[in-house]
Amino acid sequence: MSEAQPVLRLEGIVKTFPGVRALDGVDFSVFPGEVHALMGENGAGKSTLMKVLAGMYQPNEGRIMIDRKPVVMRNPIEAKQNGIILIHQELSLAEQMTVAENVFLGELPRTRWGFVDWKVLEERVGSILAKLNCDFGPRTNVGSLSIAKKQMVEIARALTHHAKVVVFDEPTASLTDAEKVVLFDIINDLKSDGVSIVYISHRMEEIFTISDRITVLRDGSYRGTLVAADTTEDEVTQLMIGRSLDYSRNIEQGEIGDITLEVDGLSCGRLYSDVSFAVRAGEVVGFYGLVGAGRTEIAETLFGLREPTSGTIRLDGEAVSIGSPADAIANGISLVPESRKEQGLVLGMNCRDNITLPQVDDMTAGPFVSNGAEIAIYDMYRDRLDIKAPSWRSEVGNLSGGNQQKIVIGKWLAMKPRVLIVDEPTRGIDVGSKAEIHNLIRELAHSGYAVIVISSEMPEILRVSDRVIAMYQGRIMREFTADEVNEDNLVQAISGVGNGKAA
Amino acid sequence: MAETSVESVSAQANQGVKGNFRWVVRHPIWAFVVIIFLFFSLMTDTFFSLGNFENILVQTSTLGLIALGMTIVMINGNIDLSVGAVVALAASLTVDIMGWPMFESWGNWQILPAVAAGLASGVLLGALNGLIVWKTGVDAFIVTLGAMLGVRGLVFVYTGEQSFFAMNFAYSDFGASRFLGLPTLAWIFLVFTLLIHILLSRTVHGSNTYAVGDNREAAVNAGIRVGPHMMVNFMIVGFFAALAGITLSTQMGASTPNLGRDYELWVITATVLGGTKLTGGAGNIIGTFGGVLAIGILRNGMNLMQVPAFYVLVTLGVILIAVLFLDKQLNRKGDGELRI
Repeated sequence: MSEAQPVLRLEGIVKTFPGVRALDGVDFSVFPGEVHALMGENGAGKSTLMKVLAGMYQPNEGRIMIDRKPVVMRNPIEAKQNGIILIHQELSLAEQMTVAENVFLGELPRTRWGFVDWKVLEERVGSILAKLNCDFGPRTNVGSLSIAKKQMVEIARALTHHAKVVVFDEPTASLTDAEKVVLFDIINDLKSDGVSIVYISHRMEEIFTISDRITVLRDGSYRGTLVAADTTEDEVTQLMIGRSLDYSRNIEQGEIGDITLEVDGLSCGRLYSDVSFAVRAGEVVGFYGLVGAGRTEIAETLFGLREPTSGTIRLDGEAVSIGSPADAIANGISLVPESRKEQGLVLGMNCRDNITLPQVDDMTAGPFVSNGAEIAIYDMYRDRLDIKAPSWRSEVGNLSGGNQQKIVIGKWLAMKPRVLIVDEPTRGIDVGSKAEIHNLIRELAHSGYAVIVISSEMPEILRVSDRVIAMYQGRIMREFTADEVNEDNLVQAISGVGNGKAA
Repeated sequence: MAETSVESVSAQANQGVKGNFRWVVRHPIWAFVVIIFLFFSLMTDTFFSLGNFENILVQTSTLGLIALGMTIVMINGNIDLSVGAVVALAASLTVDIMGWPMFESWGNWQILPAVAAGLASGVLLGALNGLIVWKTGVDAFIVTLGAMLGVRGLVFVYTGEQSFFAMNFAYSDFGASRFLGLPTLAWIFLVFTLLIHILLSRTVHGSNTYAVGDNREAAVNAGIRVGPHMMVNFMIVGFFAALAGITLSTQMGASTPNLGRDYELWVITATVLGGTKLTGGAGNIIGTFGGVLAIGILRNGMNLMQVPAFYVLVTLGVILIAVLFLDKQLNRKGDGELRI
C-alpha cells in the first residue's frame, strides 16, 4: 500500500435503471494486497457496483481504471481478462459436471485435436484444491457437494487466473465457522500474493477481522471510506443507515393468547430432527439460522409439502395430520413462500387474480367466476395491506418487490388462516418497503394471527419477533425471548458454538 | 461429506458386479434392450440370427444418425423439430441434382455434387435455426417448429409434390451394399456413433455442450461463446438429418416429399429413452444408442411376431413412459424432493 497506486479505481460511477438511480456517482479504489470491504444495506447499490466491476452492467457515467489505465469491460470475459474475478453469491456452477470441468469452464486445457486434456486438467485442479485444503477431488460431481464446498469450487476458479482483484459477494452467508476460518486463510494467502480483495458482507465482526479499509454505500451513493483499524462498528453503522442502529421494536406487543400451533419432536429425515416449539395467537416467532439449517423445510412440513418422519403437530391442542397444502389450508395454516416470484405468484396474471387464486372455487356464480366478488376481495386487501398498484388489472410482474410481497400475503390472508408462516418476507425488497412489511407482520400478529417468520437477516428477526428460535444443522439450538436475544448470542447459537442447549 | 465419500468408494468399485449395477442404473435403457432381446429371441424363430441383426442396424440407422445430433442439441438445452423435414429436403435435392443435365457426362461422379448439396442444405438450415435461436432468443422449440413447417412446405414447392427416382444405379445400389462383412449403412451409423461419443465425452466442445445445457448463465460467465456454440450444434444435427435423408433415399432409390414425416418424434423418443433430459445438461451417446436399438428391436421383433403396426405404437408409448419412470425412481435425489 506504500506506493499508494491503486490497482483498481472507480470514479463517479452512475448507473440508472428505468425509474431508479441505482448508483449515483460512486468512487471506489483498491490498493494491491488490500482487503477492501464494501458495506451497505440491501438496495444500497453494492451488487450493482460489483456488476459494473464485473462487466455485467455498463455504467452510464464515470470510468473504471485498472493500473491507472481507463478500461471498458463489456462482459464478464473482458473483466476476467483484466484480472477482475467475481465470486458469485448465487453460485454459478454446472451442477451435473465435475469439479475439474467447472473450475476450468470455458478454458478447458486441450490436446492437439481439441480433446479435453484430462491429465493436465486434473493435475492443475488437484493442486489448486490441495492449496485450498479441499477434501474432494477434481472428479467429484459438483451436484453432490454442499454449498460451502461449491463455493470452494468458485474460489478455485478464481485461482486459475492471474487475478488482480477478487470480489467476494457475501461469501460467508452459508458457511460454518470452520469453513469461514478456511476462507479467511485463503483470503490472507491471496493478499500476501499481492492480490486485492473486495469483500462484501453484512457481518460486522467479519469485516473487522478481515478488512483493511471499509467503503460504505447508502441509497446508491458513496458515503465514505474508513480505515478498519481506526474506526468502530458504530461509526460504520451510522454511515450505513444514516443514524445509530436501533434494534428495538417500535411497535408495542399485542395481546398474547393461547397456544395455536404446537409442534412436538418433529423430524424429517436428514433435513431436521426433534424440533419442538409452540406459537401463540398474537405472537411472532422468528426462526433464524444459516441456509440449510432446516427452517424452510419445517415450514414446508407444516404446510403439507413434506412428510415428517416422526413427531406431532397440534392445532389448538388437537393433533392434526397435514398431508397436503389443501389440508394445511383447511386447518388454517398458510405459507408465504421463500421466493415469491417462483413459488408465490403467477407473474403474468393481474393483482386480483393472484389474490383470489387459491379460493377461486368459492367465488363462482353458476359455472362462471364472479368478477364482482373477486374485485371486492382484492379491494379489501388492497386497502388493508396498502398495496400500491395502478388497478386490479395490473400485471403482478410489473409491481415492486414490496407490493408483490403484499399481494402474496394478501392472497393467504384471504384464506382466513390462523397460522401464518412467512419465509424470508423481505428478500429483494428495498429498505423503505422493508419497514412496511415488518410493520405489517407486527400488525397481523396484533390482530390475532399466530405468525412464524423465517429470515436470514438478523435485524429483521430482531425487529419483528416476540421470540426467536435459533437453528443449526436441522436442530433447534436455543430459544430466546425478545428481551434476552441480541446479535452476539444469536450468532453463536446459529453457528453451533457455545451455550446451545443441544450441543 | 458423506456424499463425496460415497462417490469415491463407488468409483473404486467400478469393476465387478457393483460397477455393472451402477452402469445399468445410469443407463436403464440397456437393461431394457437386453430384456426385449431375450424376449424376441425366445418368442420367435427368426429374430436371433446375424442377418436379422444386420437388418435391425440398417433399419435403425436413419433414426440413429439423427438421434446422435439430437442428443447433442438436447444436452445443450435445445431441441430440433425440423429434422424430419430436412430428411425430405436433403433426399429430394440429392436425387434431383444427380439427374441434372449438367452432370450427365460425369458418370458416377454426378453423385458427389448431389450428396454435397444435400448435406450442405442440412448444415445450412441447422445454421439458420441456430442463428435465429442465438440472435432472437426465441425458444428452440418454437424456432424449429417453424422450420419444420416451413421446410416441409419448401420441399413440396421444390418437388411439385412429385417423387424423384434415382437414375444412377450406383446410388441406389449403395443402400444395399456391404463393406467388410456388414451393410455399409450399418457401418456409417456405427462409425458416426463412435465419433459423436468421442466428441461429447472427450472434447472441449463436448464439455461445453454439457455446461451450456446445465447452467447457461455459468457458461456465459465462464466465457463460453454460447450463441456460436449452440449454432455449431444445430449444424451438426442438420448434417445428420441430411445424411439420414440421403441414406434413406439410397435404400429406396428415390425420394418422396413426405419422407421423414414424424421422424422428429421418433428421434426424440429414442433420445429421451436413452436418458437425455429435455431440460439439458444430461445425456450421452451410450444411452441414445440403447434408445435407438430399443426402438429398432421392438419394431423388428413385433413385426416378426406379426403384431399389427398400431399395437407397436401403443407398446412404444407405454414403454417410453415406463422407462422414464424407472429412470426417475433409480436416480431420484432422495428427500430433497417436494411432494406434488
